[in-house]
Amino acid sequence: MTEIVVERPSGTSAAARRMRFAQRFFVAVVGNYVFRRVLFFLFVVWLASTVIFIIPRLSGQDPVKEKLLLEAQRGGHLQSGFEDMARTYQKRFGLDRPIWIQYRNFILDLAQFDLGPSIAFFPRTVNDILMDSLVWTIGLLGTVTILSFVIGTLSGALLGWPRAPGYFKYLFGPLLTLSAIPFYLLALLLVFLFAFRFSIFPLFGGYGIGKVPDFSLDFALQVLRHAILPAMSIILASIGFWALGMRGMMVTMQGSDFMVQAEAKGLKAGRIFLRYALRNALLPQTTALALSLGTVLTGAVLVEVVFRYPGLGNTLYQAIRLSDFFIIRGFVFAVIVSLALATLIVDITYPLLDPRVKYRKG
Amino acid sequence: MTSLTAATAARSSASSEHSLVVEDLRVHYDTPEGVIKAVDGVSLALKPGERLALVGESGSGKSTLAMALMRLTKAPGRIVAGHIYLGGKDITLLEEPEMRQLRLNEIALVPQGAMNSLNPVMRVKHQIIDGILDHVADRKQTPDSHELEERVNRLLARVGLSPEVGRMFPHELSGGMKQRVAMAIAISLSPRVIVADEPTSALDVVVQRQIMQTLGRLQQGLDAAVILIGHDMGLVAQFANRVGVMYAGKLVELGPVQQIFTEPLHPYTKLLIESLPNLEEKKKFIGIPGLPPTLLRLPSGCVFHPRCPSFIKGTCETVAPHYQEVRPERETSCHLYAGVRA
Repeated sequence: MTEIVVERPSGTSAAARRMRFAQRFFVAVVGNYVFRRVLFFLFVVWLASTVIFIIPRLSGQDPVKEKLLLEAQRGGHLQSGFEDMARTYQKRFGLDRPIWIQYRNFILDLAQFDLGPSIAFFPRTVNDILMDSLVWTIGLLGTVTILSFVIGTLSGALLGWPRAPGYFKYLFGPLLTLSAIPFYLLALLLVFLFAFRFSIFPLFGGYGIGKVPDFSLDFALQVLRHAILPAMSIILASIGFWALGMRGMMVTMQGSDFMVQAEAKGLKAGRIFLRYALRNALLPQTTALALSLGTVLTGAVLVEVVFRYPGLGNTLYQAIRLSDFFIIRGFVFAVIVSLALATLIVDITYPLLDPRVKYRKG
Repeated sequence: MTSLTAATAARSSASSEHSLVVEDLRVHYDTPEGVIKAVDGVSLALKPGERLALVGESGSGKSTLAMALMRLTKAPGRIVAGHIYLGGKDITLLEEPEMRQLRLNEIALVPQGAMNSLNPVMRVKHQIIDGILDHVADRKQTPDSHELEERVNRLLARVGLSPEVGRMFPHELSGGMKQRVAMAIAISLSPRVIVADEPTSALDVVVQRQIMQTLGRLQQGLDAAVILIGHDMGLVAQFANRVGVMYAGKLVELGPVQQIFTEPLHPYTKLLIESLPNLEEKKKFIGIPGLPPTLLRLPSGCVFHPRCPSFIKGTCETVAPHYQEVRPERETSCHLYAGVRA
């Protein structure tokens, strides 16, 4: 066998270098950092699941009996086979088994994202119920969170930029005020003004009464019209938060040496603003964004209740009223997963945003 | 007062002969406690290829002067009077967009804290390139990425760095390397004047020497004038042709480096040089008695009189001395030389 030596032109050697880099990247990052992060994520989810398994059992209440008693009260008398009935349901839900078996089944079910049956809406499953409302919440709150992040961060950046047009400083007062008002109060105010006083927008709901959800343009427009007030209440209340944080970071950036040097280099103002000031001030903001995306599910329970929006918050509210432990548990589990997922995403993407943070062992 | 000071000499030949002429420059900070005169009537002139060092204690106005030369004085500071001629053009009168064009092109800064003077989230080469790109006069002449890459590599080579450094982030570089990158940026458009504001602070002695040698080599290659700001007399002695001594916002003495060290004229300069430790003979360490004045309440008359050993009673505390040429190429502001004219 003779060895074939290939003379590479400089173009391919750059490609080869990139390839080698990609390989090293894979080994170093995936082999270590990301893998560890994912393990940690699973650990957190397991721990939290265990906690939500134990806590309801410490309350001493029996959800099946509670539910049956409630029904019996409504019916006006206690049926004779009450104890039998309770036992049958407990058997059906697996609540008669020893606690460790229950725990094992619970974890196994969770691993397959099976959150069990609903008690209040039996025989519908918790998965079914949560999924129905999840779409609404993520659709509304996901969009709203990102929108308010973009608007708030940009206006904050301009507030903290000495060379921004003078009228921007008048934004500061209103933003500060709005950020101090809880969004559910803002929601009430908006409902009163724009739905009750001037009937511009609908009072409540995610779409018109009597409509069946479908994929028509008409329905989409209805959804949009119904979403405007809840969205506005959250956006108005939270852009102040983003703007104030960003403004503070921008002011800090002005004092740093690299900003002076950027000016000494005679760079165009736009480049200094975007690539130097904003880019660096954005780092803490993105962490906050990821974390607030993690709390999207719980973020606006009150707003959903005010607007009777068919989202998770409203479902949770119903579940608590009907003491449907399984739905509550499923909801908490979803919150845990989404928070842990957000943290995981921050951990993994942050080194891409800030080169000083390295993917390193541990 | 019609003696031949740097200012008057400059006015006559501001355009042709000198790269940089500073005329009676005053930079004041308006504070709630009063006006701080950080630079108070400084005049100097630099020829192409000349190396001038400005020395003085902290708070003597060196860095304020450096920032004023770049016209980067930040509020509450402002240039209240005086002129700065850069290649014959008075930059104190320029609009900001015009001034922006001159920065890096005509006058470049090698910053003080090279540790933090690079953008932490940008690769080194992009930080060299963006300065070049933002000074392209005509959009059509924008160099392509290949040409830019080439220019970056050449610049890095000139400051003694390998092309790999271009792909690195600032935090991956040592202090000396960062300072070299800062120098590569400063020379990227072959400026007429380089302002080096304590370029070696925060570096160790060995690296300091290397950096100064590199700066010297670059300056010779460009035939640029350099203003070196610092307080390390040893470093200054090795690097500069001329030395200016600043005290409380004023230039108290200016002259060729050799003469300043062997025969200082101003009492402050004398004390400054006597306070330097000497390797040859073992002697008692001498400091300068007293403290530098607060710039809010400057002493009457000569600002140095409360600490001056050669204090002339009746004159020094009442009359401010004129800054004048007392010998060929030697300028000072001191009553001891009031009658002496070059």
